[in-house]
Amino acid sequence: MRKAIVFLLLIAITSISPTLVLAQSKSDVLIKNATVMTAIKGTLQNTDILIQNGKIAKIGKGLTAPAGVRTIDASGKYVTPGIIDCHSHTMLDAINEGSLSVTSMTRTRDVLNPNDIAIYRALAGGVTSANILHGSANSIGGQNTVVKFKWGHAVKDFPIADAPPGIKFAMGENPKRTNSNAQPGQPARYPRTRMGVIETDRDAFLRARDYKQRWDDYRAGKTKVQPRKDLELEPLVEVLDGKRLVHAHGYRSDEHLNLMLLADEFGFKVATLQHGLEAYKIALEIAKHGTGVSIFTDSWSYKLEAYDAIPYDAYILWKNGVVVSINSDSDERMRRLNLDAAKVEKYGGVPEEEALKMITLNAAKQLGIDKRTGTIEVGKDGDIVIWSGHPFSVYSRVETTIIEGDTYFDHAADAQLRLDMAKERETLEKLDINKAPGTGGGPPKIPSERRQGDRDEAEYGDGGNR
Amino acid sequence: MKAKVKSKKAKLFLNLCVSVFICGSISSVNAQNDGSEQNQTGRAGTFAIVGARIVTVSGATIENGTVLIQNGKIAAVGANVSVPTGAEKIDGKGLSVFPGMIDAGTNLGLAEIPLGVPASVDVAETGNMNANAKAIKGINPHSSHINVTRVNGITTVMSYPTGGMIAGQAAVINLNGSTQDEMAVIREFGLVINYPRLSAFGGFGGGGFGRGGGPAVDFNELVKRRDTQIDELKKMFRDGESYIRAKEAYAKDKSLPYPANDIRLEAMTPYIRGEKPVIFAVERERDIRSVAKFVADMKLKGIIVGGQDAWKAADDLKKNNISVIYTNIYALPVQDDDPYDYLFATPSKMAAAGVKFCISTGDAGQEVRDLPYQAGLAAAFGLSKDDALKSVTLYAANVLGLGDKMGSIDVGKVANIVVADGDILEARTNIKYVFINGRLLPLTSRHTELFDSFKDRK
Repeated sequence: MRKAIVFLLLIAITSISPTLVLAQSKSDVLIKNATVMTAIKGTLQNTDILIQNGKIAKIGKGLTAPAGVRTIDASGKYVTPGIIDCHSHTMLDAINEGSLSVTSMTRTRDVLNPNDIAIYRALAGGVTSANILHGSANSIGGQNTVVKFKWGHAVKDFPIADAPPGIKFAMGENPKRTNSNAQPGQPARYPRTRMGVIETDRDAFLRARDYKQRWDDYRAGKTKVQPRKDLELEPLVEVLDGKRLVHAHGYRSDEHLNLMLLADEFGFKVATLQHGLEAYKIALEIAKHGTGVSIFTDSWSYKLEAYDAIPYDAYILWKNGVVVSINSDSDERMRRLNLDAAKVEKYGGVPEEEALKMITLNAAKQLGIDKRTGTIEVGKDGDIVIWSGHPFSVYSRVETTIIEGDTYFDHAADAQLRLDMAKERETLEKLDINKAPGTGGGPPKIPSERRQGDRDEAEYGDGGNR
Repeated sequence: MKAKVKSKKAKLFLNLCVSVFICGSISSVNAQNDGSEQNQTGRAGTFAIVGARIVTVSGATIENGTVLIQNGKIAAVGANVSVPTGAEKIDGKGLSVFPGMIDAGTNLGLAEIPLGVPASVDVAETGNMNANAKAIKGINPHSSHINVTRVNGITTVMSYPTGGMIAGQAAVINLNGSTQDEMAVIREFGLVINYPRLSAFGGFGGGGFGRGGGPAVDFNELVKRRDTQIDELKKMFRDGESYIRAKEAYAKDKSLPYPANDIRLEAMTPYIRGEKPVIFAVERERDIRSVAKFVADMKLKGIIVGGQDAWKAADDLKKNNISVIYTNIYALPVQDDDPYDYLFATPSKMAAAGVKFCISTGDAGQEVRDLPYQAGLAAAFGLSKDDALKSVTLYAANVLGLGDKMGSIDVGKVANIVVADGDILEARTNIKYVFINGRLLPLTSRHTELFDSFKDRK
């Protein structure tokens, strides 16, 4: 009986929440007559895509919908894989654990907020997956979480379970605290120079290697004393074992190079250089090391170490065979990554499909999720964006964003949501508690103002992020 | 379709450009002039762009026509223009001619590296009342932001200071010239005011970030604080009026006591007299309406920069002839329950409400080159394509009082002209030629120099 009541309550809650109505679970869908940009096998005209059980089941012409499967007419529209943002702090209630220079024990997984409105806005820009990274205030930062933006779901549904774990590293101005002052009474934190940053990394890996040795000895029976579990060093041992991806924030080419040399010294590979705005200067070395680079298309000159950034970065890296992705690092910029990809066609002449890969497949490769997402191919997750026109045109906007067959953003549904919310607001404003002062209510709350690049700027005061 | 420069002279010039930047040294990390291609100011001449699509903006597009540039001006436009002998012909086949774009709300030239290099930042003067601070005196004509911006088709910007309540005077500059005066279109264009607003962080201008801590402040206290600040601002203007009267009276009657000079009030004179516009930085409806009242009370010429809610106050704005420099395309909606496209869609709402506006990046300098894409995004969310293009050309010129001098391809206007291989608002379009004041500029910048230095590294 009690169970039945709970069940009925759940149904009631589900049916009144507009966001949950949008996010039906694992619905099958047939998209008809689209121009499909596959991000791997060219662009297909007048093509249909059938998504079943969350996966792309068929791609072809003249497909018919199995019984009960809804159809979306995408005539005159474009379809791309869902955009993957390889550097984001969306959903995070805290970005930097800035107190130490090595905070490898911290996890962004612990501070994910599934109700962050930036998720919905990102979906409205065609983003389906993101690499939720710790900030860059430390030489070695916290552990990342790779998520799909399953807006309306519980937080447990966001992380991609089989995505390899990763960790944030940082070089340059941010970890050496160039642009942040210690709080009154707070001692200066080591390091303060680029010399110190790389030694902080080296010291951490020496300690991790020793730690690993102690466990190996214990497991081999050489000692009977079990080593004390070290939450700081465990993730670094995983890096040494090639089980955890290093995503390293940095700008200057020399420090990228120094980190790759350190990685060689300790026998691992850096997964991605994040930002990498000077990576074009060492494209050969990066290609040789087999490291990916995740960049801003054309941001530059906002800080000294970004002064040599050029919008031709993507082109030079691509030409040298480096896997390049384009990220946002910003709730604002995240909404228009399609235009950032468009720009690399102009700067140097990256071909269209290669440019599209930089916001889809290449990011998936860098995050180790390319087996399941990043292209439109049979067998991959049904993560798809329908655009009103060519995704690289400024005049286009997202019509529908689908993750594993479920619609998480839809332009027409959004219009209806607005009407519903306006009604709700009207009702709420009539309540006594919300009346203006002098008319029976208390003083109104002053809404806090969110600004462009809110997170980036907020983090500048806290050790920097971008 | 590659355009070809036909005259030998022009070819020589382009070859020279190429050789200069190949031989030129790699740009050093230096906020100052590095003496290389960056500082090329182009070359004057008589140029005829022949056989191009001419997007006049002010009138119908000419599908196959000629634009003649002479003495820094547009000398002729049309399908049947006779090209004078000696003019350098530019083959416009497959290309489109546009007026140079205008960004009416930037800090370009005032902040080379905003974060971490304070020595390169001249945006905000100390103190609250700095009417005499003039952007034109702080703009670095050799900032690397200038070339980077103009090679993307933006030829003119308004650049303004931001500190305190009265921040100082904005300048309108062309993005070419070796000195501030060579760049200046209007040295002292407008008086910039960070208009007092209700803010939990206290008053005008800056203030903390959304997630700022700080104790909660009583609402009525905030209203009082704002009103006190508006009173201070009014007093400054009233003092200015008295100052003007005293000066005028003394000019007529030298037996009166000699009125001492006041550098700040002197600077405010043309603005108090309504000869030049006062630019108010505001976003919210209540503040915009308050500005409209201030403008009416003080008999000022008003402009709004920011303007998120401007469409809501359309009646007040139209009544007081206040136009809007809209700077919020690349901004997130303020409140969580705002529609996701709220700030993309605002220009279309202003257009529908009959508010005069232009679209601006509001950027410090680095990303002013994104101006066309910002206008394009407004078109993706309701603004007509025609209005989108006008919002960064003719409408911007109108807001700056320059509608008769630039912003369209019309005979007699300044030859600020951009030739592109497609729609100038699209991110994939390539800019082929840029003219400012009729000077053909090299398409080089700090970025092309670094590109050329590293693209073939082996």
